[in-house]
Amino acid sequence: MLITLLRNPKVRGFIFQLLTVMGLVAFLWYIGVNTVANIEQRGIQTGFSFLNGTAGFGIDQSPIPYTEEDTHGRVFLVGLLNTLIIAFAGIILSTLVGVIIGILRLSKNWLIAKLARGYVDFFRNIPLLLQILFWYNVVLRSMPSPKQSYNFFDMFFINNRGLYFPLPAYNTTFYTILGGIVVALIATIALNAWANKRKDTLGEDFAVIPWAIGMFILFPFIAYFIGGSHLEFSYPELRGFNFKGGKTLSPEFLALTFALTIYTATFIAEAVRSGIEAVSHGQKEAAASMGMSHYQSLKLVILPQAIRISIPPIINQYLNLIKNSSLATAVGYPEIVTVFAGTSLNQVGQAIEIISMTMLVYLVISLFVSAILNWFNNKMKIKER
Amino acid sequence: MAIFQKVEARTAPNSTKGFVHWIKYNLFSTPLNAALTLLGIAILFWVIPPFIKWAYINADFKGTTREDCNSGGACWVFVRMKIDMFMYGFYPSAERWRVNTIYGLFFILMGSFKFLKNPWVKVILMHVYFIAGFILVRGDMFGLTYVPTDKWGGLMLTILVAAVGIVSAFPLGVILAMGRQSKLPIIKSVSVTYIEFIRGVPLITILFMSSIILPLFFPEGVTFDKLLRALIGIALFEAAYIAENIRGGLQSIPKGQYEAADAIGFSYWQKMFLIILPQALKVAIPNLVGVSIALFQDTTLVLIIGLFDLLAMVRLSAADSYWLGYETEGYVFVTFIFWFFCYSMSNFSQKLEKRFNTNLR
Repeated sequence: MLITLLRNPKVRGFIFQLLTVMGLVAFLWYIGVNTVANIEQRGIQTGFSFLNGTAGFGIDQSPIPYTEEDTHGRVFLVGLLNTLIIAFAGIILSTLVGVIIGILRLSKNWLIAKLARGYVDFFRNIPLLLQILFWYNVVLRSMPSPKQSYNFFDMFFINNRGLYFPLPAYNTTFYTILGGIVVALIATIALNAWANKRKDTLGEDFAVIPWAIGMFILFPFIAYFIGGSHLEFSYPELRGFNFKGGKTLSPEFLALTFALTIYTATFIAEAVRSGIEAVSHGQKEAAASMGMSHYQSLKLVILPQAIRISIPPIINQYLNLIKNSSLATAVGYPEIVTVFAGTSLNQVGQAIEIISMTMLVYLVISLFVSAILNWFNNKMKIKER
Repeated sequence: MAIFQKVEARTAPNSTKGFVHWIKYNLFSTPLNAALTLLGIAILFWVIPPFIKWAYINADFKGTTREDCNSGGACWVFVRMKIDMFMYGFYPSAERWRVNTIYGLFFILMGSFKFLKNPWVKVILMHVYFIAGFILVRGDMFGLTYVPTDKWGGLMLTILVAAVGIVSAFPLGVILAMGRQSKLPIIKSVSVTYIEFIRGVPLITILFMSSIILPLFFPEGVTFDKLLRALIGIALFEAAYIAENIRGGLQSIPKGQYEAADAIGFSYWQKMFLIILPQALKVAIPNLVGVSIALFQDTTLVLIIGLFDLLAMVRLSAADSYWLGYETEGYVFVTFIFWFFCYSMSNFSQKLEKRFNTNLR
C-alpha cells in the first residue's frame, strides 16, 4: 500500500516539493535567526530611518541640487539619477557605434569589413573594468593641465579635468527652438502614419525622410525668429587655474561612457550582423526578381525581418550596459553603487538595507526593460492566420 | 543577300583575376567604397606604426632600473621587474614551484583526456586535480608550508577564481535549469525566482553582499576567508547564467526524446541523466564557453572588494613610487594577457559550434 503510494508520480512530486519548501524555510530561518543575533550583538541599527539622517559628505556631480547637509535619501536619489544618466548616454552612443560597426562588418569592401571585425574581436575580449581603468588612468590622466588644454574653436576644451563645452542660456529663444524641434518631431510621426495609411490603401509611396529633414531644419529656424532671435551661450573660460562657465563632463563620466560604449557596441554590432545575415538569401533574390531597387528591398524586405531578430539581443545588451554601469565605483563616478552602496554604507553600516535597496533599483530597471522586450516581441511576432 | 561581317571575339579583360582586379573589385568598386578604403588605411596608419614604434622600436627591454628606460618608448623593464608580482601576487617566491606544478599538471590532465574514453573517469580525475591543486597551493599538509589566501594574487588568482567559479557553479546551474523546466509548480517558481533575481542585479552588488552581509548569516565564530566569500558570490552569480544556457539546450531537445524515455519506463532522474542532459549539454557547450569568457572577464571585479587579481596587481605595481609613470606599460601588458585568454576561448567555442553543427545535419 505504502509502496504503491510512493510510486505514484503525483505523490512523489508532492513529497519532493514539500521537502524543498521545508529545506528552504529551515535555511531562511537559520540565517534569519543568526542575522538578528549578529545585528544585536554588533549594535547595528535596523530599519530605514537612516534615510532621513544627514549624509555629511559632498558629491561633486549631481543633476539635482545637493549639499553636505542633505539626507541619505537624497544621496540615494542623486545616485539613481546619475545611474540613469550614464545608462542613457551609454545606450544612445553604443547603439550608434554598434549599428554602424555591424553594417560595416557586412561591407563588400574587404578592408572595412576586416577592420570592423578587428574592432569587435579586440574590444569584446578585454574586460570592461580594465577598459574603464585604462581610459581613466592612462588616456584621460595624460591630458594636459587646464592651462595647456586642447582648444577647439575656443568653444570646446579638453584637459585632465574633463571636457568643457558651451551651454545655451535658458531664455525665451531657447525654449521656442526646443518647441520647434518638438513640433517637427510630432509632425514627422503624424506624416509617417499618414504615409503608411496611404501606402496600405492606395499602394503609393511617399518619401517621408526628405520632408522630415526639411521640417527639422525649418521649424527650429522659424522658432528662432519667433522667439526674438536672442540666443546666448555661456562659454567655458580659463580663469585662474580652472575653467568657469559652460558645461563640464568629468573624466570619470567620460572614461565610463567611452568604455561602456566601446565594449557594448561590439555586442550590438554582432547582434546587428547576425540579424541581417539570418535573413535568407532567397528573400533578397525574391525582392530583386520582383524588380525592387536595392533600397526598396532593404527597406521593405530585409530590414523588417532583420530587426525582428536583432532587437531582442540588443535590448539584452542595454540591460547588461545598465548593470555594468555599476563598475563606475572603480573610478568614483557618483552613481548609486559608488555613493549609496559605497560612501553611505560606510557611514551608516546598515549593509542589509542599503544593498537590498541597491539591488531593488537594478531589479526594477531589469523588470522594466524585460517588459519592453516582451511588448516588442509580441508586437513583432509573425502574424499567422 | 546579307553580307555577314566577321567580328573578332573580344579579348578577355586583362584583369578578371589577380591582384589588380581584386583591389579594384574589393576596395575601389564605388566612390563611397574608395573613400571608406582610404579612411581605413588612414586609421591603420594612424594607429599601427606609432604603436609599433612605441612598443618595440623605441622600447627598452634590457636593464633592471628606471634609468635603463631612456629611449623614449615603452619601458618593458618595468613589466620584467614586476612579472613575478603579476603572475603570483605576494605568494612567497620559494614556494612558487607549487603554482607552476599545478599549471604543468593541467596540461598533463588535458593531454590524458585525449586518450581516456570513459567520461566518469574524466570527471573523477578532474575532481582529484582540483583537490590536489588546492592542497598544493594552500599547503599546511604533507609538510608543505602554509600560505594564507591573502598572499595569493596575480594571474594565479584570476585563473583560480575563474576555474573554481565555473566548476562549482555548474552543478547548481544544471539543477536550476532542470528546476525551471520542471512540472512541479513550487520547484519551478523557486528556480525562476532565483535565476531572474540574480540575472537582474549586477555582479558587484552580489560581491558586496557576499563580502559584507554573508558573515552576518552565520553564527558568531564561523568566519569566512575573504577569497572564499568572493568565490561563493561568483559561484551563486554564475549558476544563474549557466542555468539559462542549459535551459536553451534542454528546450532544443525534441519532445519525442522525453516520451521515448518515459515509454521504456525510465524514472525522472534516469531520463534526465541518461537521455536528456547528455544531448542538451552538447547543444549548450558553445554558449557555456561564452559564459566562461564572461566569467573570466568578470573576475577583475574582485579587485573592488579588495582581492589582488592580475589587474589589481598591475594597479598596485604602477603605484610603486620608484616605478611611477609606467602604468601604460602595465595596462598594455594585462590587456594582452586577458585578450589572449578570451580570444582563444572564443575561437575554441566557434570551432565547437561548427563541429556540432555538422553533426546535426
